[in-house]
Amino acid sequence: MSVATIAPPSLASRTVAEVASWSATLKVGALMMLVLVLAAIFAPFVAPYDPLAQDFMRTLQPPSLAHPFGTDNFGRDIFSRVIFGARIDLTIGFVTTYVPFLYGVFIGAVSGYAGGRFDAVMMRVLDTAMAFPFLVLIVVILAILGPGEQNIYIAIFLVGWTMYARLARAEMLVEKNKDYMTAARVLGYPGRRILFRHGLPNVIGSSIVFSMSDFVLNILLVSGLSFIGLGIRPPIPEWGAMVAEGKDFMLQAWWISTMPGLAIVYTGTALALIGDGLARRLGERHRTLV
Amino acid sequence: MHMLRYVIERLLHALPVVIGVTLFTFFAVQFVPGDPIRIMTHGRVSDEEVAAIYERLGMNRPLIVQYGSYLLGAATGDLGTSIIQNAPVSELIGDKLAPTLGLLAMATVLSVLIAVPLTLIAVRYRNRWPDHAIRVGSMVTFAMPPFWIGLLLILGLGLSLKWFPIAGFGNGFGGHLYHLFLPSLTIALFLAPILVQSLRNSMLDVLTSDHVEVARAKGLSEWQVLRRHVLRNALIPAITVLAVNISFLVSGAVIVEYVFSIQGLGSLLVRSVGYRDYPIIQGLSLIFALIVVAVNLIADLSYMLVDRRVLRA
Repeated sequence: MSVATIAPPSLASRTVAEVASWSATLKVGALMMLVLVLAAIFAPFVAPYDPLAQDFMRTLQPPSLAHPFGTDNFGRDIFSRVIFGARIDLTIGFVTTYVPFLYGVFIGAVSGYAGGRFDAVMMRVLDTAMAFPFLVLIVVILAILGPGEQNIYIAIFLVGWTMYARLARAEMLVEKNKDYMTAARVLGYPGRRILFRHGLPNVIGSSIVFSMSDFVLNILLVSGLSFIGLGIRPPIPEWGAMVAEGKDFMLQAWWISTMPGLAIVYTGTALALIGDGLARRLGERHRTLV
Repeated sequence: MHMLRYVIERLLHALPVVIGVTLFTFFAVQFVPGDPIRIMTHGRVSDEEVAAIYERLGMNRPLIVQYGSYLLGAATGDLGTSIIQNAPVSELIGDKLAPTLGLLAMATVLSVLIAVPLTLIAVRYRNRWPDHAIRVGSMVTFAMPPFWIGLLLILGLGLSLKWFPIAGFGNGFGGHLYHLFLPSLTIALFLAPILVQSLRNSMLDVLTSDHVEVARAKGLSEWQVLRRHVLRNALIPAITVLAVNISFLVSGAVIVEYVFSIQGLGSLLVRSVGYRDYPIIQGLSLIFALIVVAVNLIADLSYMLVDRRVLRA
């Protein structure tokens, strides 16, 4: 007797079906992000010039066909610098968002599930961390450790997890009394299994949606730190540092500061659109910041 | 009676946070790698002089004793002495308080003035094109770095059109308002999208409640329903949103003060980090955190006036 077999849908067709079900915002955001990530990965091929090459015959050139974003006071091609800058800002933004995401969600889920004294102490720590304006806290930590890229990572790793812990904890408080959790407990599963296999997948939604807003905030933060001289130093083409470099030439050459700023706006908009799409896809109770 | 209990309860709730904040600001400075006095004096003083400074500042006592005297000092307004400027930290901070508080207040007012009308339009035409346009506009504005918006406003409205001054705090009340307009607008443009999003969500929640149905059944126009029955009930979430985002507001102020050369707490912080003037950094982080705690407390207390039901809870 032969059994009629139904071939499972291929990966390609599943991907197409998945993308087709996305909201317009998710599609547009994902496309914008894809373009940017590809440009960053293939920066040496995309950028027409060396981002650090100075050309004193062509300083402060307005945007033209040869230099789409113009040139700066050292004659460097701003378009090339913006493309290479994407590598720096995207890397820092990604790492400073998703490393704290991992242990933030973990700490929050454990805290909400365990309750008791651990949870009480955790809540006091969160309240205290959140009493400090985020930028002030980062600046104070940088004042202690000294400025620079490595210390920005350390500073954000120290405080960036608090929002994820709060979100995951709040969701865990709701989830842990639901029937499926009770069932897992009645079945005698060890706490670790209940927490990781049953709890974690169900409390991660808000954090995933929020991480898109957080990604934007972290890019704004790192570029802001570079702008005030505590972050990435010139001549490295970090977007915030580039805006700072151009601020003394605003009247003669508006494009030096404007173009890297537009790159930040482009990236942030793409991430906000993705966040909006994810919020719709994962349910209305998950909310982005904007 | 209820009122008094509520106030005391809120104050007690803020207490552990204040203790946590002082613990952090005190112990953070202990983590400075190397010898803070040597770093601040760039190693140009002898061992005996360093020992003398330690003695004078009481930094050779046990940490717990030092923390105790730090708390006692902070409670009486003594935040130590700036080592670079050789003046009391509380005095240096006090001078800079007015521009920063003014900036925060004006930015809050401006962001509410921008956000509330936009939210009303978005809710009135929900899921139609004005709503979508406001939503996309919010996302784009949120993604704009405040330091960059500040520079563009300086270039456009300041240097080119010469409508507004581009730096400083001005003289007299009118002068302050005039000088703080562009910096406040910069912060408001960052804050307003966050306000619009949360206000829209909370107003949509109110829209599904029974009393709104009743108001519609009475034959009120949609605008009247929104203004009289929805906006007022969305006020509590709005206050919460403002209080929750005070952290963003202050963070924005630090950067914006730097961009517009306003002599406030933020630019003092940035400068002090450059000099590694730890007593000032310590004092400023304490003040900034206390501002946040105070705003949250005020928000909690204002619920009392907006919605008396919180007293019964």
